[in-house]
Amino acid sequence: MRKKVLTTPINDEDLKDIKTGDLIYLTGTLVTCRDVAHRRLIEQGVPLPVDLKGNAIFHAGPIVRDNGNENYEIVSVGPTTSMRMEKFEKEFIAETGVKVIVGKGGMGKNTEEGCREHKALHVVFPAGNAVLAATKVERIKEVHWKDLGMPESLWVCEVKEFGPLIVSIDAEGNNVFEQNKVEFNKKKEEQYELISKQVGFIK
Amino acid sequence: MEKVQMNKKQEVEKMTDIMSKFITLVSYKLPKDVEAKLKELSAEETNPLAKIIYETMEENQKLASELKRPSCQDTGVLQYFVKCGENFPLIGQLDSILKQSVYKSTKETPLRHNSVETFDEYNTGENIGNGSPSIFWEIEEDSDKVEIYTYMAGGGCTLPGMATVLMPGEGYEGVVKFVLDRMTTYGLNACPPLLVGVGIGTSVETAAMNSKKALMRPVGSKNTNENAAKMEKLLEDGINAIGLGPQGLKGSKSLMGVNVVNTARHPSTIGVAINTGCWSHRRGKITFDANLNYEIGTHEGVTL
Repeated sequence: MRKKVLTTPINDEDLKDIKTGDLIYLTGTLVTCRDVAHRRLIEQGVPLPVDLKGNAIFHAGPIVRDNGNENYEIVSVGPTTSMRMEKFEKEFIAETGVKVIVGKGGMGKNTEEGCREHKALHVVFPAGNAVLAATKVERIKEVHWKDLGMPESLWVCEVKEFGPLIVSIDAEGNNVFEQNKVEFNKKKEEQYELISKQVGFIK
Repeated sequence: MEKVQMNKKQEVEKMTDIMSKFITLVSYKLPKDVEAKLKELSAEETNPLAKIIYETMEENQKLASELKRPSCQDTGVLQYFVKCGENFPLIGQLDSILKQSVYKSTKETPLRHNSVETFDEYNTGENIGNGSPSIFWEIEEDSDKVEIYTYMAGGGCTLPGMATVLMPGEGYEGVVKFVLDRMTTYGLNACPPLLVGVGIGTSVETAAMNSKKALMRPVGSKNTNENAAKMEKLLEDGINAIGLGPQGLKGSKSLMGVNVVNTARHPSTIGVAINTGCWSHRRGKITFDANLNYEIGTHEGVTL
């Protein structure tokens, strides 16, 4: 397990030696971007109001305190289930040039291809640790698409050594969750055989 | 204790205020059974990546408690399980008190705005909406107390929820298959180590309600029926052996436990449901007497 800090803007070269299972930290621009923002860009063709080239997105819906005068503060922020964005992510990577996707749980074939073809990573921030994550956000620089409500707005955050981030898909398209799934399914079948012999309660 | 005389309006305000503060507490501090289990799982863990995840969790809970901020950003759609004495003075006002307390706590904590009106598809921005929070009632005879479980489950651990009706020929073996299949497809994304609630009954809604009630039972508690308790243990060991680990990234253990709640069934059907609670299992229990003196059953050493 190796540790590395990635700083935005990130280029292809920066991702070359990073492999699945590595721990990384992120410094720079991280934009919250989830279901509706993906849908708007990919399905409806609405351009994103923020340039993501070389930057990172966060599948997350934060709790934000509005201090007035366009001054906002992140109270809690953490990843949401990345798989919900699977349908859109390959095209999203191609369209935006985003380099790091921070989320929770695995993503599938579509995202694998996107990461391999356009050189990007999917990384996992351990979910449920939203106060720790919030303390790594230095400030909210901008907010867009507030019409989507607090969780779905695009919060443009400046982060410092944001992490730990565990690499789940690397820029070669290796996917740790897909690899694990094969093993989990095999063990599940073994356990089913074992348990089902002991629950014949209907006689 | 001296009876405090208040008019109904003041009583409603007082209870709303206490409930609002209680929701805030539940958002930043885990109940004692969950805290203890996480500590145990963390100490037993041998996988280096999983150990880092447990350390992250511990640091986060410490920060959340200190800063009194929601430990997870997804503060869920609030759910209440109420057992209300027939003589509790605010029985008629309780629904609106509980709804209002979510609104108040959302502003004060703050909690995330998680109430989206369906079909019209807009976020109310208030964290309350049509039928949200959800409130499930039981009435208790000869009592003037009310016991309230409040539960904050995010989207992640709500997604694995599922109910079905099996034919008796599929038996409890079918129940095992149903639960295990859900673990490897959805469970690993639901923020393990999980508390798994399994409900058994006649139909989808009885099984589903039982599975959610199972999540209100303490971690480490056992079903009083011997066979049901055996199944809890078998499923717990079995799911742990699959090796999902914290965050589904592999590890020694994957669960805080399996709780089964069962009711009688129609002879021709076995209703089964699963509900999962994530590691950040924000469950709280508070009991009020007729004078609105309260006792918190799930959290120790806390003040509202």
